[in-house]
Amino acid sequence: MDALLTGLSMALTPENLLYAVIGVLLGTAVGVLPGIGPAMTVALLLPVTYNVSPSAALIMFAGIYYGGMYGGSTTSILLNTPGESSSVITALEGNKMAKTGRAAQALATAAIGSFVAGTIGTILLVAVAPTVADWVVVLGAPSYFALMLLALVAVTSVLGSSKLRGFISLALGLAIGLVGTSTGQARLTLDNPLLADGIDIVVVAVAIFAVGEALWVAAHLRRRPLEIIPVGRPWMDRRDWRRSWAPWLRGTAFGFPFGALPAGGAELPTFLSYITERRLAGEHRAEFGKGAIEGVAGPEAANNASAAGTLVPLLAIGLPTTATAAVILAAMQSYGLQPGPQLFEAEPELVWTLLASLFVANTLLLVINLPLAPLWAKLLRIPRPYLYAGILFFAVLGAYSVNFQRFDVLLLCLFGALGFAMRRFGLPVLPLIVGVILGPRLEEQLTQALQLSQGDVSALWSEPVAVIVYVVIAVLLLGPLVLRLVPGRQGPERLEDEVEELEEEVRS
Amino acid sequence: MTVVVGWTPDARGHAALVRAIAEAQVHDERLLVVNASSGTAPVDDRFAGVADVSQVRALLDSLGVDGEVRQTVVRDVGDALLDIAEEVDASMLVIGIRHRSPVGKLLMGSTAQRILLDARCPVLAVKA
Repeated sequence: MDALLTGLSMALTPENLLYAVIGVLLGTAVGVLPGIGPAMTVALLLPVTYNVSPSAALIMFAGIYYGGMYGGSTTSILLNTPGESSSVITALEGNKMAKTGRAAQALATAAIGSFVAGTIGTILLVAVAPTVADWVVVLGAPSYFALMLLALVAVTSVLGSSKLRGFISLALGLAIGLVGTSTGQARLTLDNPLLADGIDIVVVAVAIFAVGEALWVAAHLRRRPLEIIPVGRPWMDRRDWRRSWAPWLRGTAFGFPFGALPAGGAELPTFLSYITERRLAGEHRAEFGKGAIEGVAGPEAANNASAAGTLVPLLAIGLPTTATAAVILAAMQSYGLQPGPQLFEAEPELVWTLLASLFVANTLLLVINLPLAPLWAKLLRIPRPYLYAGILFFAVLGAYSVNFQRFDVLLLCLFGALGFAMRRFGLPVLPLIVGVILGPRLEEQLTQALQLSQGDVSALWSEPVAVIVYVVIAVLLLGPLVLRLVPGRQGPERLEDEVEELEEEVRS
Repeated sequence: MTVVVGWTPDARGHAALVRAIAEAQVHDERLLVVNASSGTAPVDDRFAGVADVSQVRALLDSLGVDGEVRQTVVRDVGDALLDIAEEVDASMLVIGIRHRSPVGKLLMGSTAQRILLDARCPVLAVKA
């Protein structure tokens, strides 16, 4: 508690407060714009880590992360086009509410629900993360190896539509992570001395997120403009409050644990929150599909709580489970910070300042976003060419500033083309980026484990935690296959199919 | 013959539309209402929504004008209007104009000016 108060006093210094404000404003703006997300923004801002103090940069990135979760809901509600994948469910009821003239109430319940869920989620994060770190810090290399493997398998096979595509993407990421001579021998360097130090994560992240997306947008530049629903200042009356508070709390209860699991992400908890609210709606059951406020309040709370939840594995174990968390991890590494349980011991001031600033960011989001909603909607009128010209400019600047080498800009173009191809062929981006970042660390733990056991492979399953984690991995991979073989039972549907079914049901 | 009008769901577009309807009635011609956008922004206020379009259709019907509303997403709004005017062999092209500052014109160009200079048929420019 003392540590948190010290952190709070650090977070409230003018400099850190300024970075928090910049973070939430930027985060909300990119959340509102379809196609531009917090992961791309943090990637583009990675070069600022050369000049800004670690705590200020991390505060800004956390603000962007939280802000992005919020901003996506505005687009979902007013345009019926989710800005982020986590807001897909919000569009179901949110847009219906807006169409019946209740846009202000939908935006209000999303904003206040995000605040409530974000605050509760951050309290849980503060309570859980140090404890998890204490458990994890005693684990040996074999267990770490297993945990990282679990994270890789989980982000690859649990999320996304196709396991095969997920693993292709993961393989690409691991291959990029292999480049270099860190192990003593040259791997995939093509005898090029410029590749000897490996490929900088900034170049890969910026290329995949920013250049890939810019090329994709350029290929689909002209689209029929969407109809936006005009909105004033968000507000709710007493009835809306009465109908919203329980969904907020239930949404938080769904969001946080799912975010904290190694297979995090906000898609599953928002979906579960929606179907739960529909089931529990009682007298308002008939309103679902026509704009029920519960269907906005629950999922919006769930996605913000899951954002707080994903910070648990990130800070306590050093495992990223979302694209944004992966890029934030890259930022921490570029400061020479070792994310994981040691972080709480080695850098208590930094960690607690970051945690305290999350409360500040959350409050800022509520204060800033309630009056500014109409302004955010105006962002959608910016022509894409202007927007993406700016993004490409910062992308090239960022890639060049890593080593001040033209070669990095060449790599940027190359990986940008890869990013475009991945979007074209439906490969998910998350496994690649997590693979690039976790790959080298995975190898480090493997080397360490095998060195201690003098090359005996069985050391890898010598720790109980490792064995449990391998069982979980096996269940994750084989579970769906086994279920499909059980006669008389349909295999579990993919999340995307479920969401589609739900959408059809709601729209009919 | 056909009267073509470049229409946007705002005051300028309304002034042009009203005048174009009058022209079509006087000469007993068809009316083609064109609403175009470059489609580069997710939201374009000058691209009419469903409600606006049906309002215009209702207006045309109530006045007994033989007309249609065409919405397109094109590379360049001015060129699109000129192309459509040629395609239907328009007797007249009606556009709405507004005052532009020299700097604004320098930065954004002027669709109206290009239409006035490049059109092959008479152009009627209506001020809102």
